[in-house]
Amino acid sequence: MPTQITMPALSPTMEEGTLAKWLVKEGDTVSAGDVIAEIETDKATMEVEAVDEGRLGKILVGEGTEGVAVNTPIALLLDEGEDESALNGAASAPAPQEAKAEAPAEEEPAPSQESPGVAPDSDPLGTPMKRIAAESDPTPPEGTAWNKVVLRDALRDAMAEEMRRDEKVYLMGEEVAEYQGAYKVSRDLLEEFGAKRVVDTPITEHGFAGLAVGAAMAGLRPIVEFMTWNFAMQAMDQIINSAAKTRYMSGGQMGCPIVFRGPNGAAARVAAQHSQDYSAWYGNIPGLTVLAPYDAADAKGLLKAAIRNPNPVIFLEHELLYGDEGEVPDWEDWVLPIGKARIRREGDGVTLVAHSRMVKFAMEAAEGLSGLGVEAEVIDLRSIRPLDSDTVVESVKKTNRLVCCEEGWGPMGVGAEIAARVVAEAFDYLDAPPARVHQADVPLPYAANLEALSLPGTADIVRAAKAVCYLD
Amino acid sequence: MADQRTAKRSARGSKPAAAKKTPAKASGPDKDESLELYRAMLLIRRFEEKAGQLYGMGLIGGFCHLYIGQEAVVTGIQSVMEDDDKVVTGYRCHGHMLACGMDPKGVMAELTGRIDGYSRGKGGSMHMFSTEKNFFGGHGIVGAQVPIGAGLGFSCKYQENGNVCATYFGEGAANQGQVYEAFNMAALWKLPVVFVIENNRYGMGTSVQRAAANSSALYARGDAFGIPGLQVDGMDVLAVREGAAKAVEHARSGEGPFILEAQTYRYRGHSMSDPAKYRTKEEVQDMRSKHDPIEQMRAFLVKKKFADDEDLKAIDKDIKARVNEAAEFAQTSPEPDPSELWTDVRVEA
Repeated sequence: MPTQITMPALSPTMEEGTLAKWLVKEGDTVSAGDVIAEIETDKATMEVEAVDEGRLGKILVGEGTEGVAVNTPIALLLDEGEDESALNGAASAPAPQEAKAEAPAEEEPAPSQESPGVAPDSDPLGTPMKRIAAESDPTPPEGTAWNKVVLRDALRDAMAEEMRRDEKVYLMGEEVAEYQGAYKVSRDLLEEFGAKRVVDTPITEHGFAGLAVGAAMAGLRPIVEFMTWNFAMQAMDQIINSAAKTRYMSGGQMGCPIVFRGPNGAAARVAAQHSQDYSAWYGNIPGLTVLAPYDAADAKGLLKAAIRNPNPVIFLEHELLYGDEGEVPDWEDWVLPIGKARIRREGDGVTLVAHSRMVKFAMEAAEGLSGLGVEAEVIDLRSIRPLDSDTVVESVKKTNRLVCCEEGWGPMGVGAEIAARVVAEAFDYLDAPPARVHQADVPLPYAANLEALSLPGTADIVRAAKAVCYLD
Repeated sequence: MADQRTAKRSARGSKPAAAKKTPAKASGPDKDESLELYRAMLLIRRFEEKAGQLYGMGLIGGFCHLYIGQEAVVTGIQSVMEDDDKVVTGYRCHGHMLACGMDPKGVMAELTGRIDGYSRGKGGSMHMFSTEKNFFGGHGIVGAQVPIGAGLGFSCKYQENGNVCATYFGEGAANQGQVYEAFNMAALWKLPVVFVIENNRYGMGTSVQRAAANSSALYARGDAFGIPGLQVDGMDVLAVREGAAKAVEHARSGEGPFILEAQTYRYRGHSMSDPAKYRTKEEVQDMRSKHDPIEQMRAFLVKKKFADDEDLKAIDKDIKARVNEAAEFAQTSPEPDPSELWTDVRVEA
């Protein structure tokens, strides 16, 4: 029975990839450890090594095939003593274990086949999601193209444009230069701007955050990339005591214009120390500006705004959104206002407030609720501090019901703050106590089932919305 | 502390292997420079004494860390710095501000929490800044100023302005992890930074011997990074000045950072509320009577015939007048308007 070689998962978040190149051909003998193919993931091009020995019997997925789901069989390896005749049964045999039931079909094992287990997660609601522009946002000139851009590139473009505009802007962080960014967000910046302005640092968050704060105090405009925000806890003192408080402590004489950015929140299966949402932490600190965009256009427009902003800005990205594509205006002045929420879906039945990746789930929940006759209004906060509670309060005055959604823990959280403000400002409008959806109050577990139980999602939001609407 | 007359270099720093001694003071500063060093130290001394007095009167609150005894360190170093060079330090910072040319009135008014203070009364003793004088604080968290100082040096290199940053911290901070992160990057990127370890022997109540390994050679703490170091008698402003000249020259030349350890002593407690029972009165008295930086300089001026008693009295009178004026100003300046509570948190873009 030939051995199946399947599409490997090459990163915690990889769900599919491109089979860029085969380095062996049918009939070749391979040994364990031989590099047999190159796979492009969302982050990098990786080599795939053979795990077993044998002769390559059949290549199932040709070079250049995109969107090959993880675990799809890509080739068959003949064991010692087997010949091509063994392939006939194998190609049509049901794939073992994780391979999806429909995976290898009769004649063509169809690499591009949809596998239902892998969520088509970038556009759950159908693309393009109709953009409801926030009133506060600038309007691009007529005829401006809205190009499809993945979020990580939108961030890169924002940095590149601002670096071209202002010589004082520079990027520093771990692996931002030669490695092209741990998550490829800084791809190509080194080539354009050189090592002076795209600076690889040692793995010393406390030190390089403090160093960048000093550079900002002296008038430079540093962008500090944390490989993830989890590591920025080592730099917390410099962010809060040195960056956030300086303007006040100096009586307005000296500021700290700096952007700290990087992926925030849970990635996939990286467990407690690498999965934490810091929205509420930084949102608690006066002097900081805290932004958490959801889509590519907001990511670009807000990052440009952050880089131009004279205050220290905490820019919370989400690893699981980096690959999401969105429409971004081809316009250099796409600089969004800070502190303005955006209504992503209008409705009068319940207000769902979310930020970052939770916006996706809120939008999904809104679709589900629509089927129940409840039209939800979805507010994407975009900014945690300043918090646009006016937009939320106005919405609640219309819907009379509020569900606050966040990926982080509930106690003392963003949702708690929003609920408190709404209760204070629109108490008489509420027909139900505000509800909160958030992560389980435990460190994030590793096991897939426990992780899923811990993180809030669409179903939790639907449940909370039904509760405040007194459905079932 | 007699041995402190001998400047020690860390192994890596000494180009010729032979141990170097600070050259004789014969080549020291001329009359005007000498008088200026004396004035600068005296201003700090009298200012700090006055601050202590105002603290006792309840006019200054919170933490107040006096620099009395350490005047020679910042005075000697700043005397070889240029106007556009940058300075950052910790919370024992009044002396540094005065040495950077900041107005004693503004500093004292900040201590009393008044609107005319450098931070409009919002920063206090530990948090003052002057962009005009290139003084970047005044930082209340032990060691935090060290990476910041490296960053100030980074900005000098980035902007290619030829300036250096003097980054001051105590021997207590010298044990902090972030200091070594900063050393590493400063050396790696050859940043123009002089790291000044003001070794006043006690990190609050803990003597350096009880807190630091190899405590007699803090100047060598950069050895692992290839940062040269030098130890000087921090009670002798001329020795400090001479060491600082080497250190600053090294940093300015593009060779990267330099560590200057100044062995000094604070006469007062760690802060105003510290009774300093961890050391004997005799120890303090011995330092004051035998090693006082101002008395030593006074003797030097007289010996060199740069000044006679009359001249020195005139200087004394002048400094006292300036300090009294600052104290008066700090008491008459109004408290910040309540509306100040809400300003300067962040600025609109």
